[in-house]
Amino acid sequence: MASGVYQTQDSFLNETFNDEIPKSKVVWINKERRKEIEKILQHRPSFIRVRYWQQGETSAWVLSEIGKTKPINVGVVIIGDKIASLKVLAFHESRGWEVKHDFFTQQFQNASLSPTKQLTKNIDGISGATLSVRALKKIARITLYLNQQIHEKISTKQTYHPITSSVA
Amino acid sequence: MVLKRTALRRLLALLLLSQVPTVFAAPVTLESIAKRLDAIEAENKNLRSENESLKTLIQQADQKADAAVAATETIAESSSGMQKLANWADKTTLGGYGELHYNNLSGKGGASDKDEIDFHRFVLFFEHEFTEGIRFFSELEVEHSIAGEGKSGEIEIEQAYLDFDLNDNHTARAGLFILPVGIMNETHEPATFYGTERNPVEKNIVPATWWAAGAGLHGQLGGGFSYDAYIHSGLAVPDSFKIRSGRQKVSKAEANDPAVTARLKYTGIAGLELAITAQHQQDMGQGLVAGLDDGTLIETHAIWNTGPFTLKALYAMWDINGSAVKVDGSDKQEGYYLEPSFKVSEQIGVFARFNQWDNKAGSSTSNSDKEQWDVGINYWPHEDVVIKADYQYQDNENGEDQNGLNLGIGYQF
Repeated sequence: MASGVYQTQDSFLNETFNDEIPKSKVVWINKERRKEIEKILQHRPSFIRVRYWQQGETSAWVLSEIGKTKPINVGVVIIGDKIASLKVLAFHESRGWEVKHDFFTQQFQNASLSPTKQLTKNIDGISGATLSVRALKKIARITLYLNQQIHEKISTKQTYHPITSSVA
Repeated sequence: MVLKRTALRRLLALLLLSQVPTVFAAPVTLESIAKRLDAIEAENKNLRSENESLKTLIQQADQKADAAVAATETIAESSSGMQKLANWADKTTLGGYGELHYNNLSGKGGASDKDEIDFHRFVLFFEHEFTEGIRFFSELEVEHSIAGEGKSGEIEIEQAYLDFDLNDNHTARAGLFILPVGIMNETHEPATFYGTERNPVEKNIVPATWWAAGAGLHGQLGGGFSYDAYIHSGLAVPDSFKIRSGRQKVSKAEANDPAVTARLKYTGIAGLELAITAQHQQDMGQGLVAGLDDGTLIETHAIWNTGPFTLKALYAMWDINGSAVKVDGSDKQEGYYLEPSFKVSEQIGVFARFNQWDNKAGSSTSNSDKEQWDVGINYWPHEDVVIKADYQYQDNENGEDQNGLNLGIGYQF
């Protein structure tokens, strides 16, 4: 029910960067990051790199996580260290569709990551959509964490230790 | 050009010589310096060439890594774990839950003691997606570990239905499915609720877990509203008029009189759920019980979650017609509960619940009113694994109370 693609990745990026999408970059999931992401997901991540788009202080991320049985595709825009917006791009579960609505996703605005890698804002759940809510919260935490990582890279760029690379 | 380079080398050599400390014992000639410079130049050329080769190799390695990553991600996205075993598994998912209970209850006023350990439920879900718009879902359950003649357990198919998406907002359902009524009838995995045992109001009044065979529609109406509407097999309430005993579990069920159920739900504000369900059955006893006619169930509930606080409230009431059921006082059966809870942390939550229900509320002399308090704690060592402890205290009108401790462990995947 109500499954489908609500917004394509291209449309999400065009909207984020006013039709001038920067070249995508990749952050590799090394051992240390895998450990952190596994803690957030409470299972091993299936990806070994995550693509992102960055222009100045704004970065955009597209990640997916299984709700109950199907992946929920989510686009996250981060400005500085705070979420500017979070959108469900595609949803294929038969339950929990309420998470696609603005009344729910707006709660993520201005959330950042605490030192314990939790969201600094409380996200009120939706009864009957527990697993979808959980998936979105995990994606928000992972993108904030990876955003921190790419900023750490910029501050330590003098030592040649490539953690990101451009992708054509 | 050659002359210029030679002159330059000589000049450079002279400059270098002027810097050579006197401690150098070996004689340094212009020729030897020129030779060295030639050697350095040649080495530099080699290094440049090697550097170019390395750059090409790195580019090739990047391309290979990209290709390998793309392939790995395709495999990882297409399936995981056991499901990688076969192509069909891409469209088939397996899940489940289970719960082990320990009850240490003392009976008083004629009620029995209960000292029992029981693997109450072991459940497996199988879901298959035939196409994006046609899905099958099933739930197979073993209750109380062992089923069979003389055993206390049961093997049950609680769900086995097909969903057909009609469009983005409406889906048709047919088969055997859980009815859309109450809070925990549809969502009853142990990690999702407080208390070792399910609450007595939904158990005795709704009666959860309640499933039936039939067909209908469910979908979204916009603005946070959703609906369910089904026609399905009804209850076959026996002459004890106990609603729970009327569940036929779709096992060669009497189907003289179907029932209709409709629910309207609002989830348009984060943290809030409001729902109302109505069900009507033309003959509650399937024509087999004299003096038992039609019946209507109204159930309504609210869930409000803000920050670490959650409040659940549910009310359910049966209104049944028939001469015999009226005499018994079972023509009205009702109950409600209130459950505030507080998440101390992501892993620990505490709750209290007050339950009141009466299966003979139509009688003023039956002493059938029951009350139960539950207070307890849930501990989630993992988001899908829960350990529970709670204390129950009953204050039943007939004086037959069971009070004591319940412990449980549950999981879902």
